[in-house]
Amino acid sequence: MATPTDADKFAVATQLQLTWWRFRRHKLAMVSLVVVVLFYLVALGADFLATSDPHASDARTSYIAPQPIHFFDDGAFRPFVYGIKGVRDVKTFKLVYTVDTGRKVHLELFGRGYTWSFLGLFETDIHLLGLRDAQRGDGIFLLGTDQLGRDLWSRLMVATRVSLTIGLVGVTVSLFLGVLLGGISAVYGGVVDTVIQRLIEVIRSMPTIPLWLGLAAALPNDWSVMQIYFAITVIISLLAWTDLARVVRGKFLSLREEDFVMAAELAGASQGRIIFRHMLPSFASHIIAAVSLALPAMIISETSLSFLGLGLRPPAISWGILLQDAQNIQTLALAPWLLVSAIPVIVVILAFNFLGDGLRDAADPYG
Amino acid sequence: MIAFVIRRLLLGLVTVWLISVLSFAIIQLPPGDFVSAYIAQQAASGSPVSAEAADAMRQEYGLGRPFYVQYGKWLGRILHGNLGESMEWRRPVSEVIGDRIWLTLLLSFAALVITWGLALPIGIYSAVRQYSWGDYLFTLVGFIGIAVPNFLLALIVMYFAFRLFGASVGGLFSSEMMLAPWGWPKFWDLMKHLPLPAIILALGGTAQLIRIMRANLLDELRRPYVVTARAKGLSETKVILKYPVRAALNPFASNIAYLFPYLVSGSIIISIVLGLPTVGPLLVKALVAQDMFLAGAIVLLLGVMTVIGTFISDLVLMWVEPRLRHQMD
Repeated sequence: MATPTDADKFAVATQLQLTWWRFRRHKLAMVSLVVVVLFYLVALGADFLATSDPHASDARTSYIAPQPIHFFDDGAFRPFVYGIKGVRDVKTFKLVYTVDTGRKVHLELFGRGYTWSFLGLFETDIHLLGLRDAQRGDGIFLLGTDQLGRDLWSRLMVATRVSLTIGLVGVTVSLFLGVLLGGISAVYGGVVDTVIQRLIEVIRSMPTIPLWLGLAAALPNDWSVMQIYFAITVIISLLAWTDLARVVRGKFLSLREEDFVMAAELAGASQGRIIFRHMLPSFASHIIAAVSLALPAMIISETSLSFLGLGLRPPAISWGILLQDAQNIQTLALAPWLLVSAIPVIVVILAFNFLGDGLRDAADPYG
Repeated sequence: MIAFVIRRLLLGLVTVWLISVLSFAIIQLPPGDFVSAYIAQQAASGSPVSAEAADAMRQEYGLGRPFYVQYGKWLGRILHGNLGESMEWRRPVSEVIGDRIWLTLLLSFAALVITWGLALPIGIYSAVRQYSWGDYLFTLVGFIGIAVPNFLLALIVMYFAFRLFGASVGGLFSSEMMLAPWGWPKFWDLMKHLPLPAIILALGGTAQLIRIMRANLLDELRRPYVVTARAKGLSETKVILKYPVRAALNPFASNIAYLFPYLVSGSIIISIVLGLPTVGPLLVKALVAQDMFLAGAIVLLLGVMTVIGTFISDLVLMWVEPRLRHQMD
């Protein structure tokens, strides 16, 4: 029996397989996919990766510079960090805390720290890295600390979760609005179509940041972190659904002319069956591509709003809130490591953009 | 073409109307009404408002009446040039905003000019010299422009300027010119300070336009008519500039309509980082302090200016590029 050739495989492959094969050829997009998956894994295990409580402030550890982990102690593999000690400033008599290179605090894998809950399923106090015999103020300050002495690495982990999920929730809301309005626009046509299209044009020609700011500032002060979180996603989505609606409408209109839709119609398929069984699989990949291009815009929006102090509010932690600390030059001169929070923002936006490009190229595997 | 201009104008009016409704909604959003807030603030600062004056104010703003009545009264006052009173500054809103709105527009406009001025030649270069070193360099810069939100870019530039030159790069005027009356020296000072924030603001949009221009032109360059033109012995400049570039401009133009709102939005946030005297910092401060008349007026003014700016850029493009006139009809 003859083994199936590549051409045979191509002929019987499903659309999803074809899309995947084509996507795999796009190297940069594959790398980006891995990066994005890693970021979401971090988001999932944020508390596990955090080394100290991201909310716990401590005057002793204010503005500690990033501390490397020393792996070898006296030639043996025993990772440690240096402890913190208080020194009396000879001029001002103020007690200042610095790194004490005379005292080593050893690390342990899966050590115990603050208690956290995994997706609300179970509670644990186990973290990837912990300290053995730590004194008050000691910590693994991989990326340094902020003014209130909170560990930047731990805060960055938790911020990743908040910023990445806000993008997902926001995109879901936009997707719902976009598919609904874009679909209605394409199916009904006529006046409805014109009104929706003009609405899209109007929304796109408004400066968004002032409007977001205005709406976000009106959120009541006594709302909980969760309420603010959802309100912000809704505010961002309200102006962000237009691109998705255009994609949906465009694809819908062009697919309606295809032969296979005509064939399904002639075979007596119902309107619903034609849309969901025949048309939807054809443009699902386009929607996924549009979504992955919309996500970075969402993330930038949230980061910008929080950065200006009108998005999420402390004690919530997001990339924007972390960057807010780095807003003025005096702070940056004193603690340049606060700018580190910019790196994940840039990396994740780049990754989503490359991923989106790759998906868009792969979305039409017959082309 | 006239039909197109009229359509754009009507759409602009609808946008302005929608922005005015939203601005008024923003003014109304905080709990309690603004007259009570105003009276409370006046009382707190030692100059209480008499009961009659308070009633007169309530009457004037139409409080207690439906939303559309209040909105109508507010719009009526605005059309007469009265933007209301800023509670925080205790001065008319128009005075508080002053030059700032023009500086915002100037900054956005400068960024627009830079975006066009850079994206067009670089896009052409990248397409004509595809896969050259220059192309790779610009692609890299383009990706940075897309991935780094402009407020982050402003932060990073500020940090490095401080570290490397020990200089602050913020502001639109040097300190001695800040309060000087307008005149040539002050204008010149502004011109010296403008390019850096304008470039920071322009980078994101430029990066996107370069990519669009490059892709469009690459498509055009593969067309048979280009081969024909070359075969007939046209000079290389003419082969490229005269036909394919003009054809590639078409989809380019539809994106430009959305560039100006994007730049105005961006100017708010980079102004805060770089400490520019535009309406950006004023807006955020007003919103944080719930000084709603000031905030609403700024949102409205920015919206209206954006619509006008977009409309003008549409007209300019139509005048520059005859093919668009037909495309858009």
